[in-house]
Amino acid sequence: MSPLRRRLMFGVPLALAVAGGEGFYILLRRMQTQKYDPHALPSPLIGKRPPAFTLPGAAGMAGFTNTDIAAPPKPMLVNWFASWCIPCAEEAAMLGRLAQQGLDIWGIAYEDDTRNLAQFLATNGNPYRRIAADADGTTAINWGVYGVPETYFIDKTGIVRWRYAGALTDDIVTSTLNPLLAKYA
Amino acid sequence: MRRLIFLLLLLPALALAQDMVTRDGVTLTQTQETRAENIGGQLRCLVCQNESIEDSNAKLAGQLRSIIRTQVVQGVPDKSILQYMVQRYGIFVLLKPPVSPFTFMLYAMPVLALLVGFSAFWFGRRKTGAPAPLNADEAARLEVLINE
Repeated sequence: MSPLRRRLMFGVPLALAVAGGEGFYILLRRMQTQKYDPHALPSPLIGKRPPAFTLPGAAGMAGFTNTDIAAPPKPMLVNWFASWCIPCAEEAAMLGRLAQQGLDIWGIAYEDDTRNLAQFLATNGNPYRRIAADADGTTAINWGVYGVPETYFIDKTGIVRWRYAGALTDDIVTSTLNPLLAKYA
Repeated sequence: MRRLIFLLLLLPALALAQDMVTRDGVTLTQTQETRAENIGGQLRCLVCQNESIEDSNAKLAGQLRSIIRTQVVQGVPDKSILQYMVQRYGIFVLLKPPVSPFTFMLYAMPVLALLVGFSAFWFGRRKTGAPAPLNADEAARLEVLINE
């Protein structure tokens, strides 16, 4: 056996094992720092307008239709939430801060009940300019919502640019939302 | 003619003669239910991602089952029902994704693995056949070793 072949037979599998280990390490690191979520799905709505809907208001606020978000004066968020959803209560403080900074956030209460919703807003604050109620979840299915909370970023032309499933965290806001706000301002 | 009208009148009875089942709030015939189960079995539940919509207990899965059954009763073809789901949730909703530039590696993998295996076997195989005869030096060294 030539020395080159001997070296290859030792080196190639070793290099493959090292590359594999490195790959898994990066994957796990990114999962740990919440930069990668293996359960997250790309939304087919990205690059499109939300499907037609007309939803009544809730909690004394005006509801809205797809035409109301077809051309917002500045980029906005549509946040799907529910009073029965624990991560929604967790992200409420973050939404409150974003609203304070001047970001328009419109809420859609998913399969919620009036009294619980009022209670939820009283407890966690109300960052929403409008709140619509999707009582039977039909609009959610048309949007491809598969859980709450889900947040959609809509640009000035009414096109969905980003969907995030799960509670918004500081990391997500700094790494993704703020750059998007700058890009589509 | 009269016989034909009589037979036409009997048609609804024929439908009634089939067993009707109610699942997720939709009443349909057993044949339609089997069709709906087959469609739901091809769709991933997005809440518990390794279960099909048919097997999942999630509320969303129940709503989607009911949508599938309503469309089956309306006579919507299977392909359109699957398309309805893909439009909303993306191709991830299909438990068996179609071959596309995005998924072809998935399907190419067995063939690639075989190729890699064969080439490893080919290049790694030992040379067979008798070794080259010893030259004079080697023969002398061998002699010494044997007699030691």
